[in-house]
Amino acid sequence: MKFRANLYIGGAFFATAVIVGVLAPVIATHDPVFDANLMNAELPPGWEYPFGTDAQGRDIYSRVVHGARISLTVGLVAQCINSIIGVSLGLTAGYWGGWWDDLVSGLTNLMLAIPSLIFALAIMAILGPGLVSLLIALGLTSWSYSCRLARAQVLSLKSQGYVQAAKILGYSDLRIMFTQLLPNILGPLIVIATLGAGGSILAEAALSFLGLGIRPPYPSWGSMLSDAREQITTAPWLSIFPGLAIFITVLGLNLLGDGLRDILDPQSRERTS
Amino acid sequence: MAEADQTPLLAIDNLAVHYPIGGTFRGPRRVLKAVDGIALTVAPGECLGLVGESGCGKSTLAMTIMGLVPPTHGRIRIADQEISAAKKADHMHLARTVQMVFQDPYASLNPRQTVRRTLADPLRLHGIGNKTEVEHRVADIMAKVGLRPEQADRYPHEFSGGQRQRIGIARALILRPRLVLCDEPVSALDVSIRAQIINLLLELKDDLGLSYVMISHDLGVVEHVSDRVAVMYLGRIVERGGWREIFEDPRHPYTRALIAAIPDAFRRRAVAGQKARGEIPSALAPPPGCHFHTRCPLAADQCRSDVPLLEPVAPGHLAACHFRDRATSLHGELVEP
Amino acid sequence: MSAPLLEVENLSIALSQGGKSYKAVEDVSFAIASGETLGLVGESGCGKSITALAVMGLLRQPLSLGGGRITLDGGDIHNLPPAKLRQLRGKRIAMIFQEPMTALNPLSTVGRQIAEMFVLHAGAGWSEATDRTVDALRQVHVPSPERRVKDFPHQLSGGMRQRVMIAIALACSPDLLIADEPTTALDVTVQAEIVDLMQELCAAKGTAILMISHDLGLVANMCRRVAVMYAGRIVEQQAADEIFERPQHPYTRGLIASLPRLGARIVHGRQRLQEISGVVPAITAFPAGCRFRPRCQRATDICQSNDPPPTPLPEDGLVRCHHHG
Repeated sequence: MKFRANLYIGGAFFATAVIVGVLAPVIATHDPVFDANLMNAELPPGWEYPFGTDAQGRDIYSRVVHGARISLTVGLVAQCINSIIGVSLGLTAGYWGGWWDDLVSGLTNLMLAIPSLIFALAIMAILGPGLVSLLIALGLTSWSYSCRLARAQVLSLKSQGYVQAAKILGYSDLRIMFTQLLPNILGPLIVIATLGAGGSILAEAALSFLGLGIRPPYPSWGSMLSDAREQITTAPWLSIFPGLAIFITVLGLNLLGDGLRDILDPQSRERTS
Repeated sequence: MAEADQTPLLAIDNLAVHYPIGGTFRGPRRVLKAVDGIALTVAPGECLGLVGESGCGKSTLAMTIMGLVPPTHGRIRIADQEISAAKKADHMHLARTVQMVFQDPYASLNPRQTVRRTLADPLRLHGIGNKTEVEHRVADIMAKVGLRPEQADRYPHEFSGGQRQRIGIARALILRPRLVLCDEPVSALDVSIRAQIINLLLELKDDLGLSYVMISHDLGVVEHVSDRVAVMYLGRIVERGGWREIFEDPRHPYTRALIAAIPDAFRRRAVAGQKARGEIPSALAPPPGCHFHTRCPLAADQCRSDVPLLEPVAPGHLAACHFRDRATSLHGELVEP
Repeated sequence: MSAPLLEVENLSIALSQGGKSYKAVEDVSFAIASGETLGLVGESGCGKSITALAVMGLLRQPLSLGGGRITLDGGDIHNLPPAKLRQLRGKRIAMIFQEPMTALNPLSTVGRQIAEMFVLHAGAGWSEATDRTVDALRQVHVPSPERRVKDFPHQLSGGMRQRVMIAIALACSPDLLIADEPTTALDVTVQAEIVDLMQELCAAKGTAILMISHDLGLVANMCRRVAVMYAGRIVEQQAADEIFERPQHPYTRGLIASLPRLGARIVHGRQRLQEISGVVPAITAFPAGCRFRPRCQRATDICQSNDPPPTPLPEDGLVRCHHHG
């Protein structure tokens, strides 16, 4: 078995982000929101504040650590919503075909034609900022990739003998989709979902940067960047550390996705015969 | 073979399956007559061999019997159930009467399911037995098809082609059906493995009192396993009868061409005049009259205009050929009886 | 027998997989005289197709020549520079495959693909080549060849495509035609026609045929001599009539006895088919000693310890078995 660098490095980056997020209350040295002290405003990195402090004197390290919770939650939950919508639509469209397939395919193409961030912006504008609206906005706007992939995979699998055999054995359509088709298309879907989670984290950052994400006192990496843009030359640490956090997490997810593709791709798997 | 006085297990009556091809944007609308007016019966305990080449409709016929393709008209009666254009198949009910063995042992098993799951799930779905009974039936059917009990927790990729086909057969038999459709069950297997599977199918038929529809293009296999044989060409049955009549005294030139086409070291020079000429016409545009006339060594004017009906040449032996009553010599010239 | 056209001596082909090297083909020798037909019969994985690739000089990673010599008219094929080898293929050795759709260029008309052969190998101009193409299609009994030259491969039926492949292969009247399962993807009645066509054309052009198939009946019907391969070795080689009448190797005997032969039930009634137990071994797990031993009813201790050497049979035949006959 060859050494899969992208899988391990990506996994390590992503795992670090997750662990940091989970342990945030333990490893944070200050309260990320209420420990404001204007006397300490915009201190550069040092012993007391390893990543420095922001304009209100809050510890950036603690805010990045706590921000991981929000960014990861948004990224993962939004992608879960996307995957569930995309896979259910793709699976049923591919399997049933007919007018349902035409409808789903049309909707997918429509979604692909609209830039998903603009779409999410519109939803956010209607729902107003906040965690829940962020999850809804991001969870409803980029399911088309999973949907297309699931549909294409199902189209190639549904004429296989084992799917026909299941029909002949009396399996219902739903049972066939869940027990016969889904397990066999899960690999590529996981890859797409991993890459999509990275995309959602970036989208969250973009929306928060535009002021439409998490409400101000609570730290998300995007909103921290947004707050820092005035001081990008005078206090660069304000933007560098949340930026780095986004970079490492998204890079980690993308590498992980590539690594998983190598493992889960049926063509690279050995066929014993 | 006392099949005459029994009610048939499978009765197919004037069955047709037509597919519309094309339409508004895809050129003129045409109709593909995959199955075009077929009547067949299979008695309990009987094996019907179904022979034909690509495009003859044998796979569509199989799918229709399995309830996967609705008939355009005509009807199929299987035991106490009926499938017709008006009446869709009830899969849960049908599943316990008729099952299928597939050609490709690689594509016909779910790669993510163990043998045990493949065999036990249908039992649970149909509410057959409690946990121990399910275990018992899985072990029992595995033993019957020649698999060892410890192989139950393995995945399909851990088995060879022949063993996979045994798993496929076990899956077809787990609900104890009365009729099994075998769609080219050995043609995807290694030559040295085929005899194992053919013998197994015949043993199971006798042990469990099964009926088979054996779909194959391999006449050697069909002759070996069948009680009766039906030959299909472009959606129609051109000849049917007992295996002995079909192979000893074939009356349709297409049946004779099929037999003549089998390479066999012992009959190498006997059959030159009986081979079919040219290619099989497209099922979308079959020739008028007798579908076979374009390739037939006996074709006459009548064959180009009149559709020959499937009529008896002897009790239980029918052929759809205008010249069915005339025997031919080995070299294909017509000989008066 | 005159000096052979093609001679394969002690051919070995190595398969490298997972850092290890396996012998996919070992110690295979056969010869084909010009105009002769030799059948190479075996199951999937026995090495028959890669033997053909080796003869064409087409072995690619993970396969490589492990030893032995392949000579055409006395000249070693594997010492030829790539340019010479390319010239040899198509002009002196041609090949047809099981699935003609994968061997034909889908973006080019069949007429152009045949004409290319005349231009490349016979030095003809395009207009002359086009005329000869129509003749070539007529020779393979394609109806209305003047129209068919303009067709693309997907417009033809499987049988027609295989006819086109034969036309391409035989365009330059090669000395040797290698046919790898040429009729397996075709219907039985069409198969019979294609086999007749190959025989007829090769006899007319004096082309020798190496026919590769899993179908012993087909090969015995078509070829003068038959070599049976099992697990990378030729286990028996005899005249076609002999191999059916008096098979010497237990594997050959098993194969012949295990197949339901048309007409057998009429004569003998239904008898249980003789089975060959076990499975075909994978290339990575060939058994030691005689490779058929685990499936052989006659196997004894010597079969496990000693590899059976080739034993000569009358008329240039051979068998590899300690207990043949």
